[in-house]
Amino acid sequence: MENLLAIAVGAIFVNNFVLFRFLGLCPFFGVSKKTSSALGMGFAVIFVMTCASAITWLIYTYLLIPFEIKFMRTVTFILVIATFVQLLEMVIRKHNPSLYKALGIYLPLITTNCAVMGVALLNVEEEYSLIGSVVNGFSAGIGFTLALLLMSGIRERLELADVPRSFEDLPIAFISAALLALAFMAFSGMRL
Amino acid sequence: MKLDELTKGVFKYNPIFYLMLGLCPLLAVSTRVDNALGMSLGVLFVLVGSNVIISLFRQWIPPEVRIPCFIVVIASFVTIVDLFMHGYVPELHERLGIYIPLIVVNCIILGRVEAFASKKPVSHSLLDGIGMSIGFMLGIVAIASVREVLSTGAMTIFGYAIIPIFTETPATVMLLPPGAFLTIAIIMALINYKNIRKERK
Repeated sequence: MENLLAIAVGAIFVNNFVLFRFLGLCPFFGVSKKTSSALGMGFAVIFVMTCASAITWLIYTYLLIPFEIKFMRTVTFILVIATFVQLLEMVIRKHNPSLYKALGIYLPLITTNCAVMGVALLNVEEEYSLIGSVVNGFSAGIGFTLALLLMSGIRERLELADVPRSFEDLPIAFISAALLALAFMAFSGMRL
Repeated sequence: MKLDELTKGVFKYNPIFYLMLGLCPLLAVSTRVDNALGMSLGVLFVLVGSNVIISLFRQWIPPEVRIPCFIVVIASFVTIVDLFMHGYVPELHERLGIYIPLIVVNCIILGRVEAFASKKPVSHSLLDGIGMSIGFMLGIVAIASVREVLSTGAMTIFGYAIIPIFTETPATVMLLPPGAFLTIAIIMALINYKNIRKERK
């Protein structure tokens, strides 16, 4: 039995998906201009990552391993994730229009979000159990949301700051990300 | 002009600095020039392969299910690269780790396939794929060289010392994630600076 707390803290702080593993950078810079949209994207990612971790783990363990087609994991995982996101979008649109309004526009973006694919691959690579994978997916989503929220807070302030013209918008966002990553490096000494 | 399809990806519409695509592998594997070259060769193979195949079949792919079709083609090429690297360059495969299967979600590839190869003839798509991959290679190798030189105080490519060790106290932070963000920020600011100066003239 793995140490679930270690997995959770590892995925949120120590190996933060965005700032340490560089996964999900496109939404990190694309949707981090406003805190409200960052929060919406964050919740969508947490939900999708948790479910995708469970589904891909089940498929890998009960389909790919028994049939000895482990090398098909890239094809299988990306199709499963894309289908799942599409399905989720349809279900939410039908049953909960207000939630769809809040999360809807972010869902299609998640299909090509490398963080979701990354968490599925990491679960397999690290040989987590089902619960371990779900915890890892959920915490990785939390870590992503945390980084996204911090970033959006900084960028809202930066709008008002007097930045040199060549550094405006993206370059200064990258510099802020560098400082955030530096701060998160402090967690790397943690032993659990 | 056909040649234009090749060169536009290298400079004018460089996928990294102009289109801002493919950031994740860019920052994650740019710790060493070796890794960067390996990654860009993988991207070259997948991008050229999927561009050509999808361009060939563009009339038969129904537009409603085009994205799943594209993804399957791309994922197949990624699997080929994954198995090939695992078999022939296991050490590189080990170092690139999960970022090889993650080529499948690299936005450069889906972006080019969707915006270009699904509409244009095969020869154009082939050149576009090669040009975009060279553009990606230029960007990632530029960032990797800065990071490798500053973080190790030397540069070795596939065992050959290009720059001998010139300092005993290199800036290790460049090897870590903050260094990656910092390098790309400064390169982008330099490009912006050049463009602003050009506007003024």
